[in-house]
Amino acid sequence: MSSSRNVIATVLIAVCTLSAGAQGKFPGIGRDATPKEVAAWDIDVRPDFKGLPPGSGSVAKGQDVWEAKCAGCHGVFGESNSVFSPLVGGTTAEDVKTGRVAMLKRADYPGRTTLMKVPTVATLWDYIRRAMPWDKPKSLTHDEVYAVTAFLLNLGHVVPDDFTLSDKNIAEVQQRMPNRNGMSTAHAMWPGKELGGAAGPDVRATACMSNCGPEPKVASSLPDHARNNHGNLREQNRTVGPQRGSDTTRAEGKLGDAAGPVKVVGPAGGAASPNAAAIALTQKHACTACHNIEGKLVGPSFVEIAKKHGGKADYLAGKIKAGGAGVWGEVPMPPQTLPDEDTKAIAAWLAAGASK
Amino acid sequence: MTNDILSPAPASVPGGRLRKAPENFLDPAGVRTVFAEGKRGRRDFIRSAFAAALAGGAAAGAGAQGKSVGEGDPAILKLPAHSTGLGQPVATDGYGLPSRYEGNVQRRPSPGLTQTSQASVSFAPLQSLFGIVTPSGLHFERHHQGWWDIDPAQHRFMVNGMVKSPKVFTMDEIMRLPSVSRFHFIECGANTGMEWGNVAVPTCQYSHGMLSCSEFTGVPLITLLELAGADMKAGKFVLAEGADGSSMTRTIPMSLITSGQVLVAYGQNGEMLRPENGYPLRLVVPGVQGVSWVKYLRRCEVGDQPWGAKDEAVHYVDLMPDGTHRQYTSIQECKSVITTPSGGQVLLDKGFYNISGLAWSGRGKIRRVDVSVDGGRHWRTARLESPVMDKCLTRFNIDWVWDGKPTIVQSRAMDDTGYVQPTSRELRAVRGTRSIYHNNSVQSWLVQENGEVKNVQLA
Repeated sequence: MSSSRNVIATVLIAVCTLSAGAQGKFPGIGRDATPKEVAAWDIDVRPDFKGLPPGSGSVAKGQDVWEAKCAGCHGVFGESNSVFSPLVGGTTAEDVKTGRVAMLKRADYPGRTTLMKVPTVATLWDYIRRAMPWDKPKSLTHDEVYAVTAFLLNLGHVVPDDFTLSDKNIAEVQQRMPNRNGMSTAHAMWPGKELGGAAGPDVRATACMSNCGPEPKVASSLPDHARNNHGNLREQNRTVGPQRGSDTTRAEGKLGDAAGPVKVVGPAGGAASPNAAAIALTQKHACTACHNIEGKLVGPSFVEIAKKHGGKADYLAGKIKAGGAGVWGEVPMPPQTLPDEDTKAIAAWLAAGASK
Repeated sequence: MTNDILSPAPASVPGGRLRKAPENFLDPAGVRTVFAEGKRGRRDFIRSAFAAALAGGAAAGAGAQGKSVGEGDPAILKLPAHSTGLGQPVATDGYGLPSRYEGNVQRRPSPGLTQTSQASVSFAPLQSLFGIVTPSGLHFERHHQGWWDIDPAQHRFMVNGMVKSPKVFTMDEIMRLPSVSRFHFIECGANTGMEWGNVAVPTCQYSHGMLSCSEFTGVPLITLLELAGADMKAGKFVLAEGADGSSMTRTIPMSLITSGQVLVAYGQNGEMLRPENGYPLRLVVPGVQGVSWVKYLRRCEVGDQPWGAKDEAVHYVDLMPDGTHRQYTSIQECKSVITTPSGGQVLLDKGFYNISGLAWSGRGKIRRVDVSVDGGRHWRTARLESPVMDKCLTRFNIDWVWDGKPTIVQSRAMDDTGYVQPTSRELRAVRGTRSIYHNNSVQSWLVQENGEVKNVQLA
């Protein structure tokens, strides 16, 4: 292929245009960004706090924001495992002193929380700012981001209850991050020399061709009871070819049993389900941030709702509009603003059984 | 060919006069059939001709041929509707779809892997793919906060940071620049991540399916950085940022960008990017894990330090046995997998098989692939199918006659740096079993006596 030639050509262009000025080479392409445009998009905060806007927020204020906007997914104490991996847990006061999370050495410790891993407080601030809350990213004020960050750190005992985090003291908080000394770039998997790295790959194998290694002995395989855990594999393979998928809904057969008709679950393209429009609306209006079709998420599944309130389209439309709490659990559902016809379509679909 | 076919078709065919068709489109017998059927009523004809083809979703199992066929195979002796009738017209589907018999070939999520479907993964069906190109509709998906179909007329790309003047580009402008088209693989850093400690999934779709390969078309990022007057000396790093809810960010080394390899891409396999793959603009970072190929790319910032983004400080960090995490691990090291036969499949009979699979390396080209059919005791070198390209999937094939006895098949790739794909034993000896990311060990498939193929790991 000519990709190496392309690379050389591109580098040559780069060298030439550096002196000549790329703008001269490509007149009419691009324009200067205005300061307001740059400010609107340049929201990143680096570990050295470049990009951090001024502001502050207390642990107490953070708790208010947390309970309103974060606890639904992450749990009241950031410990929840039901929607995302836990944020808090597994760190100690000793870790805050050493900057190394001791629990990470223990192979028997089951989980790795965000606070066990994250070395840099700026990472938390940046990510909460850009991507949280889950269904309304970038909606928090800067002070709210400071407050939520403070509350999260307080849950991990990194800062005290009466703490107020600000751009003035965040560098001191960095010196208390439990895993601040837990990262290494001494490896050969960064495509450049900028981070130090290592001289070569850490794992060195050889290409032995005969009488290699020990006699093969199977050490791990899926247990029989997990045979159908990923659905019927027969329907996850083509209907023709050297092999068929294994029918995992039944016990293994003998050689030759696999020939015979294979059900096509498709459709590869095919007609959309009559429920597809309603399901698409639940995605469009971000209902799916909190509700799965099956299985509890933050709120009950659509199928559960359909079971409980089958046939009650008007009631369901009212609930979507008004929100509520206490019917399904403690996490409240806020009132939703969506067009009437969309509300009715979703409610009718739910009332009819919420099928796919 | 005449131009006849291109002129407007008459509303009817008075007197049964048939317009000339191009290049033996219909033979004289076919013409007579169409004419006769047309006289009887076209609607009924179509109905009868396609009744069989449209009936039922189940495909008959052809399988290995029986020893005795009696007078002959009915599939040969009894002419089917498609041999004796008229097929469907052009442009029945303005954007064509796969055969209805291919409905089982789909990308799928792994049950229980994630609790939300917006921050989740679907896996490409590697067991059903040929060659090296992944059909765009089967490309694996990894979204961090759901996918969007963004209006390209409203999409903007900004370059800022250590530049002479920050710049904004429209899609129109990016697509006016000199473009390049290159084939590259993209693999998630967590591909095969569920298998670090033990076998967890049944098929190569779930074990290796966060892997795809496409021809990408776009503009080298260096061109756009130069247009903004980027400081290539002090600006050792570039932050790439997406326009979606998660606004994913990753740090890219300037050295890779100045090499011309990193692309700002809008094309994929001859069409625009699919929405699930970042329409209308994504970063292409050859050899580097998928998370750095930022989708819905809205901004690149030049800087003098890495950014320690969420996906560089909380996720996509590799836990080592001593409790440290390796940060900024990005290169996808040399790896291979046999896709046919593979886990969850059943061989139909003893006899000849073409063992086939994929090999790739984030450091360069594939130099060699060896295959073992005895659990790693002996190896034979497979055929590499052309083209063999830089940081791209390479297809390998090797002949095999299965004697019906249980055995373990494996592949082992080597790249042009001399690096050899390790066994899981060799990999774990250095990195333990808790890394999650960057598991590139040799995959073992156990072929049982009954033809069932199982995912196994060896002691």
